[in-house]
Amino acid sequence: MPRVAVDVMLKREILDPQGQAVERALPSLGFAGVSDVRIGKHVELTVSDGDGEQAARQVAEALLANPVIEEFSVRLLPD
Amino acid sequence: MRIGVVTFPGSCDDRDARAAVASMGGDPVALWHGDGDLRGVDAVVLPGGFSYGDYLRCGAIARFSPVMGAVAGFARDGGPVLGICNGFQVLCEAGLLPGALLRNAGLRFVCREVEVTVESTASAWTSACPPGTSLTIPVKHGEGRYVHDDPAALAAAGQVVFRYAPGHNPNGSLADIAGVRNPAGNVVGLMPHPEHAVDPLLGPTGGRGLFESVLTARV
Repeated sequence: MPRVAVDVMLKREILDPQGQAVERALPSLGFAGVSDVRIGKHVELTVSDGDGEQAARQVAEALLANPVIEEFSVRLLPD
Repeated sequence: MRIGVVTFPGSCDDRDARAAVASMGGDPVALWHGDGDLRGVDAVVLPGGFSYGDYLRCGAIARFSPVMGAVAGFARDGGPVLGICNGFQVLCEAGLLPGALLRNAGLRFVCREVEVTVESTASAWTSACPPGTSLTIPVKHGEGRYVHDDPAALAAAGQVVFRYAPGHNPNGSLADIAGVRNPAGNVVGLMPHPEHAVDPLLGPTGGRGLFESVLTARV
């Protein structure tokens, strides 16, 4: 049965204070030159039959992502 | 007038909302998230709290509960619906109100009194408020940053109902928007808690106007 990954990210124009907080913490840990940190959600699901990607896309549209604020991408995971 | 207050698993302000309705002279009716009908109420309040644990996104799961089908039908028919805090998040997730609510810009849970200005009295929940009035109402939330892709158009359409007064925006909401309405004006949502601000014994009374509005409109 296909295993599918859905990645949900805030749209580019939406402020991501979590990403900013992580970005600000990095220099004090010695990581220089890291910028534009954005945090999202990674969801994996198994689809019992049919086209896994298609089903996952429908799940993402209905529930996993809010189209007002988020974008998502879907990819089939290797067995 | 009978005002229903929905209890979701994780709601925590449902009792205060019912107490506020009663203290303002209304007849509070407890509604349950698993019920498919609204027991003939004249208005509905979706209260604050953390419905379904706020898993995934605030309000994302609550929007699929059986009672929300009934609330959506009630709203379409022009019934007054008020979403407070988590209730506001549920209404946005359900598409009954425009925009969405995100983590506070400061990343901290904020609990304090704020001043909000009434920007629109063309709604079921602000019709008795003088326009431009400043109300003192508490907020208490971690995810109250309102976003919308065109706040100017929203304001031009009269759908911005409340704005935080200058210096009072607690969460980084776009254009200081604290509450909005649907185009018809019967559905309103806001992050501040009017149900916590009706009794002078307990502090500010900025929430009274919202309940007065809906109670006087239908009497």
